[in-house]
Amino acid sequence: MAEKLSFDLVSPERLLLSEEVDMVVLPGAEGDMGIMGGHAPVMSTLRPGVIDVDVQGQPQRRYFVRGGFAEVTPAGLTILAEHTVPLAELDTAALDREIGNAEEDVADAKTDAKRQAAQEKLDHLKQLRQAI
Amino acid sequence: MASLKDLRNRISSVKATQKITKAMQMVAAAKLRRAQEAAEAARPYAERMDRVLANLSAGMAGRSDAPALLAGTGNDQVHLLIVATADRGLCGGFNSSIARLARQHINKLIGEGKTVKIVTVGRKGRDALRRDFGDKIVKSYEFTGIRQIGFAQAEDIAKTVLDLFEGGEFDVATLFYSKFVNVVSQIPTAQQLVPASVADTAESGVDLGGAVYEYEPDETEILEELLPRNLAVQIFRGLLENVAGEFGAKMSAMDNATRNAGDMIKKLNITYNRSRQAMITKELIEIISGAEAL
Repeated sequence: MAEKLSFDLVSPERLLLSEEVDMVVLPGAEGDMGIMGGHAPVMSTLRPGVIDVDVQGQPQRRYFVRGGFAEVTPAGLTILAEHTVPLAELDTAALDREIGNAEEDVADAKTDAKRQAAQEKLDHLKQLRQAI
Repeated sequence: MASLKDLRNRISSVKATQKITKAMQMVAAAKLRRAQEAAEAARPYAERMDRVLANLSAGMAGRSDAPALLAGTGNDQVHLLIVATADRGLCGGFNSSIARLARQHINKLIGEGKTVKIVTVGRKGRDALRRDFGDKIVKSYEFTGIRQIGFAQAEDIAKTVLDLFEGGEFDVATLFYSKFVNVVSQIPTAQQLVPASVADTAESGVDLGGAVYEYEPDETEILEELLPRNLAVQIFRGLLENVAGEFGAKMSAMDNATRNAGDMIKKLNITYNRSRQAMITKELIEIISGAEAL
């Protein structure tokens, strides 16, 4: 593979991951994106979903994020995520809790725009639940 | 003059106190180290958040469709003060200096005819402000049962603030906390949260090599999602600084207390020895003069 991509995964509490990788696939707000070295600068919000980290010759690592934010600069990719769990450690019970929360959000939403946003989030979570 | 027994009791009680303050100092030192580590670990996220926000808001400046969290409501009539202090006392002037700064601020705002609302975080802050401004406190948080403050707590507070903001309950929000400089000095600080104060792009901007960011979805939507998150991050940072500051202040307060107790024990010991010696001398004189009289 060509250039390596320097990838940082940061949560508010600590730096989770900071290394050179080949490719990262992230759940962008408008569709999944694969980021490799030398990608054009992008800023994107993330929807709830799974981040795939690929390093050649190593097994793929997958993380579940509950939304967040990604920034690609010439220096590399930075993902700011509030809640990150390695997919292997994610159990269905935790996901069900998330879905429960999202359902409450939909019910509580005051404006239409908010309800729509919450509904979208709920749908993503449900899809994810089925995928596991 | 106190009897010898009184002095002995006094000395042992001061010694016991010294043992307690010494132990508290050591506990605070250990916790301070942990708090500093937590504050350090949280730094990368906050720095990157700042950078991204600075980039985005530079493009937003002066635009009429900028989100209210960034541009403000256009008013500054109602102020929300978030006063963050510790839950425990015995840490020198730490809590009272934050409360004093907040009180000055409140009085100034009231003097200008503004409306003030208060959210307190930490038991001591609530106790300090309740007497004078009890009717203005909207909500109080306490984290007594929590071992280490995490992002979840900050998010909780941020949610309350956002709900209030969306309900049109305030125009300007300011966070009061203590900035941790080092173990002996913590500076009470007021930081404006809403409208967001953003760092200058000139110093924090990234060199894109002439390229332009692509935004997905568009800038406004990203900002709208980012700003509430930024609020939580700022509060989280304030809370972490506060925790580190609390233990730093507690450490030096307890160090002083231990030293004072040491001085006191020394003085009491001298008095004790003197009066014991005086008593022995007196008894000797009595025996000798008795023997001479025979």
